[in-house]
Amino acid sequence: MGNPMRIRAKLDGDVVDAKVLMNHAMETGQRKDASGALVPAHYITKVIASCNGKTVLEADWGPSVSKNPLLGFRFRGAAAGDTLSVTWTDSMNDTRTDEAVIG
Amino acid sequence: MLHRREFLRDMGQGGILAALLSSGLLTIPKAWAADRNQAAFAARTVEEAFAALGAGTPAASDEITLEAPEIAENGAVVPVNVATSIAGADAIAILVEKNPNALAAVTTIPAGTEAYVSTRVKMQQTSRVIALVRAKGSFFMASKDVKVTLGGCGG
Repeated sequence: MGNPMRIRAKLDGDVVDAKVLMNHAMETGQRKDASGALVPAHYITKVIASCNGKTVLEADWGPSVSKNPLLGFRFRGAAAGDTLSVTWTDSMNDTRTDEAVIG
Repeated sequence: MLHRREFLRDMGQGGILAALLSSGLLTIPKAWAADRNQAAFAARTVEEAFAALGAGTPAASDEITLEAPEIAENGAVVPVNVATSIAGADAIAILVEKNPNALAAVTTIPAGTEAYVSTRVKMQQTSRVIALVRAKGSFFMASKDVKVTLGGCGG
């Protein structure tokens, strides 16, 4: 299930300015822990943002995206009060969806 | 002997899909489709990643704005913003040349969404950061050298 995302979606004119902060370790599979053992790769591979039943952004990620990833984007066609939904899926098939009301 | 039921079952398992594909009613886009481009993410070098993305040798464009710091004190968190005014831009990729796998992110931009993406990437060492933009099937790029004082990929 992962931990909750923080989503901010603010209407500026007719453009929604969205910022999503995900809570994820984004392990590359190349980092070693204190005992010297490799920490297995575990990172978000896909992010889909949708609003009013329409996909507004889709991203494929590799392990080079930073821990606790930030994703900022801007889209049109939404009004204040609409809901922005963001879903991520990771390399261990965990997934999480969070929503925010556009303000 | 082929019974009707088996025939229908076989049709359901790909016969219909094959028929649609061969008739041209359904086409599968090659690069940057809805499915993750595994080859591009597995690529070691920028050139390999470009090839896997079908980008060939992209033309440098001053219509791409790539924002990244000149010096990143912490390679684990390097902010990268990409925006472009190229008409018809529908995908933006971010690559870090000297990371173990060059391709960091591919963002697909549907109609109605601005050709802009903001994220943060890890950088193992001082490297060129590249923004690749696809517009109407053509590819364009911009790059910036980012100096890293503390690497972000090791342990």
